[in-house]
This record gives sequence, structure tokens and C-alpha cells, in this order.
Amino acid sequence: MNVTNTDMLLLVLMTIAALWTVMARSLLKATIGLAITSAVITILIFRLNSPLAAVFELSVCTGLITVIFVSTISLTKPLTHKEILEMSKARHKRYIYLPIILVATGIALLFLKIPNDFTLPRLATPATNVRNVMWNIRHLDLFGQIIIMMIGAFGVVTLFITKDDKDGS
Amino acid sequence: MSSVLILVPLFGIIGLNMLPRNVARRAAFWFAAAVFTAEILLAIVHQPAFWTEALVRFDSFFRLKFSVDSLSRIMLICIGVVSLSSLVVAKSTVSDEKEAFKFINILITASIGMSGIVMVKDIFSLYVFLEIAALSSFILIAFNKDINGLEGAFKYLILSAVATVLMLTSIAILLLDSPDTAFSTLHNEIAHSRGNFIVTFAIGLFICGLFIKGGLVPFHGWLPDAYMAAPAPVSILLAGVMTKACGIYTLMRIVASVFGFTDPIKNTMMLIGMISILVGAFAALGQTNFKRMLAYSSISQVGYIILGAGTGTFLGLAGAAFHLFNHAIFKGLLFVNSAALEEKVGTSDMSRMGGLSERMPVTGATSVIAMLSASGVPPLAGFWSKLLIVIALWQIGHYAYAAIAILASVLTLAYFLYMQRQVFFGKLPPGLEGLREAGNGLTLTASALAVITVGAGLAFPYIYNHFLLPLKEIFF
Repeated sequence: MNVTNTDMLLLVLMTIAALWTVMARSLLKATIGLAITSAVITILIFRLNSPLAAVFELSVCTGLITVIFVSTISLTKPLTHKEILEMSKARHKRYIYLPIILVATGIALLFLKIPNDFTLPRLATPATNVRNVMWNIRHLDLFGQIIIMMIGAFGVVTLFITKDDKDGS
Repeated sequence: MSSVLILVPLFGIIGLNMLPRNVARRAAFWFAAAVFTAEILLAIVHQPAFWTEALVRFDSFFRLKFSVDSLSRIMLICIGVVSLSSLVVAKSTVSDEKEAFKFINILITASIGMSGIVMVKDIFSLYVFLEIAALSSFILIAFNKDINGLEGAFKYLILSAVATVLMLTSIAILLLDSPDTAFSTLHNEIAHSRGNFIVTFAIGLFICGLFIKGGLVPFHGWLPDAYMAAPAPVSILLAGVMTKACGIYTLMRIVASVFGFTDPIKNTMMLIGMISILVGAFAALGQTNFKRMLAYSSISQVGYIILGAGTGTFLGLAGAAFHLFNHAIFKGLLFVNSAALEEKVGTSDMSRMGGLSERMPVTGATSVIAMLSASGVPPLAGFWSKLLIVIALWQIGHYAYAAIAILASVLTLAYFLYMQRQVFFGKLPPGLEGLREAGNGLTLTASALAVITVGAGLAFPYIYNHFLLPLKEIFF
């Protein structure tokens, strides 16, 4: 497969968006980062000639973002700048070892020579047209995602607005 | 035409939210009651033409393809009955009109999610409807916005997310093998690639995800907290039907229609079912909180369903499907009674109760019916479903599993008798002398569910012929 400059650009964009998602202090920014990451992945999958998987990725992310929005709104409270900095420091301290462990595990697996040449099942023939996939083949999923977004709106109304009323703000 | 079960409630709640507030709040209860009642009646009065033929303009516009068979019908009845019970209990327990309206909105979306799960025939669409049901459940558990509710909802969210990741990974792997995600196509492709490590791994991931959603041991950690923390009408919905639609029904459907009853899958299901029966029953024995005991009892009873389905025989699946229905009804009933106790006594701690059947005769009597059915005492409905499961196990030579299933029923009887003695028999504790029976909404719901429990037991031959026998055509 030929990797074009556009693919390279998309891969870089995906990495930046993914990093922004996990490093952002604001949960809202992290959610936007997740949406961008997912959109770029969708484009990449489509360019890899798998429109069905691209539509699935889009569909999953729509639901995921709604879930994250609702849970974030209901389970968190706004922090002061000082608290954010303290939490950020504590988080870095707690998780600094993770990338080191990850790299060490990768190296260990490389030296242990664990077989990774599993026989793949035969590759299925991909569908060709993303518009056809989205509007004709997977329209039920699209419909479902619209319902998920509607529930997200209900969730915000149920868990957020009343909380403010109770707080007296 | 089955799409009306999704579209009518959906456009109904959109319409309700567009109406003036006062009108919408008054109409919401009756609209939801009509939707759930219609769902029950359509599923009971079996009109094949209704499910198969399209309303030409309606269906051709939305092009939503659903399909309803005998197993779906049983599940649709459970969804309708339990959602209706939850709605009526909410009317009694959620006093604020504004909050009640919000509750009804989410309850209807939850029922849309569950009905979709039951009627789809595509594994990715199934995932989408699982998300609809899971998001609705999350909001419902956290509905009261107290710390316990938010904690329960958070645990549910995290475990549900883990299950989702497992299932999505599985679907991604299966897409390597199959040109689309329809049940029939996947079934053929998996049969073609039987024995391939990657495909077997994908099947294992999907089944693990469903075990989490169903709250089976060892993936049950979230369940008691979620049931305990949720408001009373939500506990009824979760215990009665939500975990069953999202985990247990889906597992039965996917194994029967997609993965196939291979020996490793059957053995895994029976083992997990048996462990869940025992762990759930022993854990329930040690509880002092009414709701927590019911939660562990749910784990144990769901174990019976998986044990029956794991036999892979018609009799086992029929027993599992009937126990799924029975459990939805008697566990729904016990949670309605729990709501009545909480409302009147102000706690679900059993050590602070006693002699309540004297003051709350309907709650006490219906509780006896529910616990006897759960323990498999004839001629109540729970007896017949457990009998079918035990016979199915005996027929395939799993005598030890059959014997343990019978002995575990004695354990069930033991913890429910303890509950009955602690809560309803004995002396009334000081301070509860002036106690009166719960309101009409709660007692009527409990009575209706008790009548169904007794009626389903007495009418077992009719149920077997009209609801269970047709399962043979789907799976065999």
C-alpha cells in the first residue's frame, strides 16, 4: 500500500489530537480532542478503503462523546486554578511510570520472541461507497445515534440544570 | 411494522417536549402507560402479519428493519410489564411533577433501547441499542443526584464501558472475516472459520462483555451498588429487565444465532451460570439490607438462566427463556415491595424491621408469593422454569449441575425465609406501631405482579405451547 503525504499528515494530526485529548486539563477540551481524533481516524479508515469500518468509527464516537459529556457533567465539579495545578502534578507523579513500563514490556516481549503470526481469517470484501454505507446500509445505526444524542440532552437537563437550581445558583 | 415499537415512543417523547409544560406533564404518564401496555398486548396477542408486513409508507420512509420471533416476544412482554410497573411506582414515589416528567422521558428512551436490542438482527446495531439502554440507565441511577446514586452510576458506567470495549474489539475482529455484521452473515462466516485463533478470541471477548453487562460472577462487582443506589422505580427497571435485556437475553440470542452452541461455549456458560448461582446465593444469605440481598439474589437467579441456556438443548433454552420472564416478574415484585418498605419504614435495613405483615398485609402477602416462586415451589411459575432447566441438565448427563441447581433452590428458600422472618413476621419494633400499608400505586403494582406469578404457574401448559414450543423453530 502506498502511503501518501495526506496519510502522513492525517497520522500526525491524529497523534496530536490524541495527545491533546489525554493531556488537556479541561474535560471539555479533552472531549473536543476525542471528537477530532475520531474524525481523523474515520478519514484514515475510509482512505484505507473500508467505508463500513469508517462509518462504525463515526457511530461509536458519537455515542462515546455523548456518554462522556453526560457523565462529566454529572460527576464533576468546577475546580479552581490552584486545584487544577495540584491535581495535574499529582497525576503526573502517579502515571509517570506507565510509559516506562509500557516500553519495558514491549522490549521484553521482543526478546521473549512470543509468536505473533496468528493466522488471520480470510479478508472480507469491503463495501465501496461511504455515502451508500451511511445512508442505505447503516441508516439504523445513524438513527440510533440520533437517539443517543437526544438522551444526552435529556441527561444534561436531568442531572445538570436541576443541580444548579438546588445549589441556588 | 415492528418499527412502531421504536418510532411511536420516540416521536411521542419529542412531541411531549414540544407541548406546553402543564399539558405535557399531565399527558406524559398516560402516554408512557399506553406505549408499555400496547407493547405487552402486541407481544401476547401473536399476529404474525403485524410483525412481518410493513405499513407501506411508514416503513418505506424510515427503512428500519427489525424482526420479532418467539424469544423476542417473551422479552418484549418483560420490558412492557416491568417498565409499566416502574412507571406506576414512580408516580407514587416521585412527587415533584417536573422530576416525574424527566423520569418518564428517560424511562421511555430506556425502553426504546431495550426494545431495539430485542428486535435487531445485526451485531453493530445491537451495540448501538445497548449504548442507548446503558446511557439511559446511567442517568436513571444518578437521577436523585445524591452521592450514593452518583457512585452507583459511576461504577455502572465504568464496567459498562469495559464491556463495550470488549464487544467493539470483538466486532472489529469479526469484521476481518465477514463482509457485514448481520447475524446470518456472521453465523455463516464464523462457521467457515471455526477453529481460527483470532475468531475464537473475538467470540471470547464478546461473551465476556455480555457477562459484565449481565452482572454474572466474577463480573458482578457493579451490580449490588447500582441496585442499592438507584431510586426505587429504577431498581425495579434494572433488576427486572435492564440487565436481562443488555446481558442475558443478548447472550442467549448471540450464542444461538451467531456463535453457535459449540462445546467450549456451552461449558463456559454452564460453569459461569453455576458459579453465579452459588456465589449469589451464599452472598445473599449474609445480607442485612433488603435491597442488597435482592441484588445478590438476582445474580443467583440469572445464573439459572445461563445454566439452562448453556445446555444448548431446546428444553434448556425454553427453561432459560421462561425463567428470564419469571425472574423479571418476581424480582420486579420484590423491588416494588422494597420501595413500599423504604417509603413507610424509611430504610431498607432489615434489622430495623419486623412484624410488618400485620400493618402491610398486601406487601407481606405478595412478598411471600414472590419468594416462593423464586425458590421454585410448585405450582408457582418459578417451579416450572427451574424444573425445565434441571431436566435439560439431566438429559445431557450433567447430573452434578442438576443436583447443585436443586440444592441451590434450598439456599434461595433459606435466605428468603430469613428475609421474611426479619421483615414481615415477629414483633413490630417500637416506633412502627402507627405504620399503614403503602399507597395504591405500590400495592396495585405488587398485586398485579403477584397475579402474573401465580397465573403463569397455573397456566404453564398454555405458556409452554404458545410461547416456549415456538422457540424450537428459531434455534433447532
